[in-house]
Amino acid sequence: MTKSELIESLTARYPQLGARDADFAVKVILDEMAACLSRGQRIEIRGFGSFALNYRPPRVGRNPKSGDKVMVPEKYVPHFKAGKELRERVDQSGDVPA
Amino acid sequence: MTLTKAELSDLLFDKVGLNKREAKDMVESFFDEIRNALSRGEDVKLSGFGNFQLRDKPQRPGRNPKTGEEIPITARRVVTFHASQKLKSAVDDLSHANTTTES
Repeated sequence: MTKSELIESLTARYPQLGARDADFAVKVILDEMAACLSRGQRIEIRGFGSFALNYRPPRVGRNPKSGDKVMVPEKYVPHFKAGKELRERVDQSGDVPA
Repeated sequence: MTLTKAELSDLLFDKVGLNKREAKDMVESFFDEIRNALSRGEDVKLSGFGNFQLRDKPQRPGRNPKTGEEIPITARRVVTFHASQKLKSAVDDLSHANTTTES
């Protein structure tokens, strides 16, 4: 499923709102989620999962081509942990051929 | 401060002009649609944000960390999230801003 398919499904669920509102709503939700993570905030959606940041300390890496040592600075990476309901439903979908 | 469905529906009320009920339903449905697609065995790609992918894991040996007893970890299907390049670099800017993830 892509973002546009998601918008189509939401439009079908709420025909009184129209495609424009569904489109805008999806944009607002995703932008806010990205903005929160960028500020270092966690996201917790009951039944779906949580997004948090994982810290990666600075390390000495290697340029795989030349073998030169390079300093890789510290960074944060987004991490998603599926919630109980999502985890169980997805696991059950693996039991029957998709 | 943690972002939850409540804050997201307030935002739909303020920015999109949905009424409180519609805003709450829309947020609920947004995650419901993604959950349904994943439960149907479909990957979900949200451009600019990231992809949710399904991975089938084979059975592997494990042990009970308390007792040390060996028990197999059964084969399962799991969801993994891969942030888009855009989200990754937005988040990475945090380390340069010298802030912490403490909230």
